[in-house]
Amino acid sequence: MKYVDSTQVHKKMGSRLFANNLAKTLFFLATLFGLVVLVILIYRVLADGLGWINFDFLTNRLSTDPERAGIWGAILGTLWLMLVVAPVTMILGVGTAIYLEEYAAKGRISSFIKTNISNLAGVPSVVFGILGLTVFARALDLGSVVLAGGLTMALLVLPVVVVASQEAIRAVPQFLREASYGMGATKWQTIKNVVLPASLPGILTGVILALSRAIGETAPLVVIGIPALLIPVPDGIFDKFTILPVQIYYWTIDSALVAEYANLAAATIVILLIVLFAMNSIAIMIRNKFQKRF
Amino acid sequence: MPVMTEKANPNVKTDKLNAGTKENKKVVYNTKDLNLWYGEGHALKNINLAINENEVTAIIGPSGCGKSTYIKTLNRMVELVPSVKISGEILYRERNILDKSFKVEDLRTSVGMVFQKPNPFPKSIYENVAYGPKIHGIRDKKILDEIVEKSLRGAAIWDEVKDRLNQNAYGLSGGQQQRLCIARCLAIEPDVILMDEPTSALDPISTLKVEELVQELKEEFSIIIVTHNMQQAARISDKTAFFLNGEVIEFAETDKIFSTPSDKRTEDYITGRFG
Repeated sequence: MKYVDSTQVHKKMGSRLFANNLAKTLFFLATLFGLVVLVILIYRVLADGLGWINFDFLTNRLSTDPERAGIWGAILGTLWLMLVVAPVTMILGVGTAIYLEEYAAKGRISSFIKTNISNLAGVPSVVFGILGLTVFARALDLGSVVLAGGLTMALLVLPVVVVASQEAIRAVPQFLREASYGMGATKWQTIKNVVLPASLPGILTGVILALSRAIGETAPLVVIGIPALLIPVPDGIFDKFTILPVQIYYWTIDSALVAEYANLAAATIVILLIVLFAMNSIAIMIRNKFQKRF
Repeated sequence: MPVMTEKANPNVKTDKLNAGTKENKKVVYNTKDLNLWYGEGHALKNINLAINENEVTAIIGPSGCGKSTYIKTLNRMVELVPSVKISGEILYRERNILDKSFKVEDLRTSVGMVFQKPNPFPKSIYENVAYGPKIHGIRDKKILDEIVEKSLRGAAIWDEVKDRLNQNAYGLSGGQQQRLCIARCLAIEPDVILMDEPTSALDPISTLKVEELVQELKEEFSIIIVTHNMQQAARISDKTAFFLNGEVIEFAETDKIFSTPSDKRTEDYITGRFG
């Protein structure tokens, strides 16, 4: 006798195919939901803000008068902040990755460190803000200046750089290291001349993604104590400053008082999104260009 | 020569084997009671081999017999594997390279290596060859140019690449890449060249070129070559060592190994009965 009864199979076929189509539709709707929300968000922001973006908006200083207010200070503040975050996070992050991948003996201690780096990536950004406030702003007595904010942000995005760099370093084929060692190169010479050049694209991608995260973070800097409005344009890393997302935050809060502040916030969001998309595109371009070279 | 018993004392075996060589060439590598473990696995068992200079010594044996492990021990590359344990002595020019005071960087400057798969750096042809001299501190562009040309000529690839020294080495064919790797190895002016199945990834014509090259190089260098290919061992080597399960079963003149092997297992292997 046959185990598979074809009449039974035929009877259930309809409901099976229905479940099949239902699953496909549900998953498609799930995908659509996020996209639709994003489109609505971008539409609202563009509708509110696009009309306010002009040369004066980019180059004017802050003002209580919405018609004269500009984001020059926030743009410069963001730039100065990145000038601190980029080198600090790169040196610390790549250094950590090199140590973990090339030097640390594979064992309990190194896997303990690796686990904790992943944990660090999960710490809420406001907690980093408190760390920055206690250590950099108060204990080191820097105050709420670019350097304090930058060091805090660098710590916040450090795990991203470490993990990306580790993956890039691990992807360098062992036979290239062997070739170098085989000619009497020391470990450092091998890292400097072979491993780092080969893993640089991956490392750069990680650094850019980390910077684009830092550019969008608000909470840590609010905790450190960035003044709300009307601060001077920063000239260096020891000046008080504000950055684009913090500017958006304060304008949004104050839009209860002056309605046009909501439009200024929307215009700033447009600028911030443009910067973020540009940075992510550069990261993707680097990744694609240097992929699969071995 | 008497037929050896299964558990012959390796010392005695090597002494007898070496007694058969009449020439008075210097010994470049003398391995004494070498044992090596990967974790619990005993990969090399009581290896005793005396390798002469300016000869080609072939190491043959089936997969997993320890021949690659042995050649990688000769420049301590095997230490890149975690959990490796070594006992015994390897005398290179009468100094024990397993001694902690022996710097591996020193050793690998005198003992170059060519690997199974061509492994040029993703740099230009010139930079590949200049890599070794540069890490050893040579900065003078004129000297580097001379080294690069001499090494590429030495590896019989100069004519093929002289017009594109600044192009990426990855544009070369597999056989050219392997000769480039040999040139890169020559550039550190080694004393010994270790070759770990250098032609296993190459087509027959490229293989032939590398084999001819090995014949030329032995005038100047001592060459130890691991090979899967018994005809290759027969064609290019002066002496052959047959490895099986981490032991040296037989080590003698290549002609003798391939015509009148003294051990039954050697005979079985070279006549293709196993492996």
